[in-house]
Amino acid sequence: MKIIVPMKRVPDPDNVDKVKISSDGKRVSSEGLDWKPNPFDEYAVEAALRLVKDSGTDKTTGEVIVASIGPEEATHQVRWCLAMGADRGILVLGDDHELDASVVARALKKLVEKESPDLVLMGKQAVDGDSNQTAQILAGMLGWPQATFAGRIETPADLSRATVTREVDGGCATVTVKFPAVISVDVRIVTPQAVNNNMIPPDKLNRDGPRYASLTGIMKAKKKPMDRYTLEDLGVDTTQRVKTISFSQPPARSGGVILDTVGELVQRLKEEARVL
Amino acid sequence: MDNILVIAQIFDGQVKKSTNSAVTFASRVGSFIGGSYSIMALGDDLSGQTPHLSRLGAQRVILAEAPGLDQALAERWVPIIEQVVRKGSYKVVVSPSSSTGKDVLPRLAQHLEAGMASDVMDVSYEGDKLNYVRPMYAGNLNSTVQIPTEVEVVTVRQTEFDPFEAVAQESPVEMIEVPPPPEVLERIEFNDFEKSISERPDLPDAQVVVSGGRGLKSGENFKIIEELAELFGGAVGATRAAVDAGFIHNDFQVGQTGKIVAPELYIAVGLSGALQHVAGMKSSKVIVAINKDEEAPIFQVADYGIVADLFKAVPELIEEVKKLM
Ligand SMILES: Cc1cc2nc3c(=O)[nH]c(=O)nc-3n(C[C@H](O)[C@H](O)[C@H](O)COP(=O)(O)OP(=O)(O)OC[C@H]3O[C@@H](n4cnc5c(N)ncnc54)[C@H](O)[C@@H]3O)c2cc1C
Repeated sequence: MKIIVPMKRVPDPDNVDKVKISSDGKRVSSEGLDWKPNPFDEYAVEAALRLVKDSGTDKTTGEVIVASIGPEEATHQVRWCLAMGADRGILVLGDDHELDASVVARALKKLVEKESPDLVLMGKQAVDGDSNQTAQILAGMLGWPQATFAGRIETPADLSRATVTREVDGGCATVTVKFPAVISVDVRIVTPQAVNNNMIPPDKLNRDGPRYASLTGIMKAKKKPMDRYTLEDLGVDTTQRVKTISFSQPPARSGGVILDTVGELVQRLKEEARVL
Repeated sequence: MDNILVIAQIFDGQVKKSTNSAVTFASRVGSFIGGSYSIMALGDDLSGQTPHLSRLGAQRVILAEAPGLDQALAERWVPIIEQVVRKGSYKVVVSPSSSTGKDVLPRLAQHLEAGMASDVMDVSYEGDKLNYVRPMYAGNLNSTVQIPTEVEVVTVRQTEFDPFEAVAQESPVEMIEVPPPPEVLERIEFNDFEKSISERPDLPDAQVVVSGGRGLKSGENFKIIEELAELFGGAVGATRAAVDAGFIHNDFQVGQTGKIVAPELYIAVGLSGALQHVAGMKSSKVIVAINKDEEAPIFQVADYGIVADLFKAVPELIEEVKKLM
């Protein structure tokens, strides 16, 4: 089984309140912030590893390819995913401002045509743009089934299909997709029992969250293959379908008062805020 | 001429209020570009929803009825909507940014070779172009975007558009012929739907939201959050940590990657106020925080804070609120 996991680098998600807008309002700067793999993509890497690397033995049942479309520096985040245990990397060079979800999906389609994976397993959204579109666009382009918001994935041991529990409004919808397919993951996919390939014995449950890169993992990652392309090499049509005109700062909320008693709180809510 | 198409959000037999918000957006766009909107709904049997849909001021209500459409599979819905958009030469297609909207519309946009703006919060019109304002970076920045393609696809954030009020005049209703399922449907099967149970209002619709975090320590303890919400006729919310720990169903997660709420009153209990959580509730009118740690970031966005053990403060609050009733 071959899995492609697309991965975008994003400014440190826990500090995005420090992202700045240039004075002309045309650019965003994340100067001073570390770059990290988009957390949802890191979760997708974890889910892919749980699917094909965790068989309860040393046997691996598939290959995990991490593909990023971004600047040269994104190599670091790809290597990070290789250190987690992915097999190889692909970097398609492109500047953030030349990319939108449709350009990224077109680039991924070219990689799919080159690699013929069984599954494209991706994050449901990148936490910089927060668009939540690329997986669905890619699935539409390929004519493949899509299972978005995956909180659980179960495959039979022959890995021919996946039963996906989707976290949607009002509850959980379960669908079964036959490969090849696109699955986009939600946060719960990294809870201990979220991925079941019917190979891991129940006593070998995963830990909560994405795995850390071990020291040997980091050493090994340096030697893992990494292909480089430009958008041009791949013949990607780079016409954007969304144009960003400007950025602005939403109104900020400021802290209020700390009250001593619950009685005072109720009084203020009634008389001052008038919400009771 | 109707040049805007609203895709209705229906769940469990109800037309969701988010549909009315999308209609408000559509009527605003109509006044900018000159034109009107129609509303499209897809489902197994829409007779129960037609009365609601036909009173939303639309040029037409377009119904697609076929067995299995309630499952809202993107693979099944997209070619049906695509056909309506092409035939009707619609210029703007909009749906609420519900999970269905988020799932279906990007795939639809691809079929239409259209650009798409997600989670739109405001729209304006300048020099012949629609400008959409949308959140990025967990709501820490807004961007203004334009869509240069022939058709423009958007999902809208319910809390930013007041729901359209029903009108007396009824729109004509048309039933379309549903094209047969596309080939890709052989590769996806809908198994089942497990409904999260709540008698309270939907999170985005609620006037009061009481949310609990990891500080609640167990699902059992979450009952005090429910009791407090109940008093206000409000909804219960939760942090990712509370959901991950199994205290409550994932449907109740508020935040960047959960539900977006903007009630009159938001009470945050035993949650720290991580930016991913704040992204989902910072547009609330009044925010109250109860947390035992005075350094918790939630106090930086709260209008009123109580630094106390929640297991003492919440029962007290319940008693005080009861006295007012
Ligand atoms: C990709 C990604 C997406 C995410 N999306 C979301 C999202 O949509 N929504 C979301 O909520 N989070 C989200 N998160 C998680 C977020 O970063 C935080 O981890 C989470 O919100 C923390 O939950 P919490 O506040 O309940 O827990 P904690 O941060 O552990 O806070 C618990 C709080 O409870 C207080 N407390 C403990 N006991 C008591 C007591 N007895 N009385 C009073 N106070 C008490 C503590 O002082 C503490 O402040 C996301 C994270 C990632 C990486």
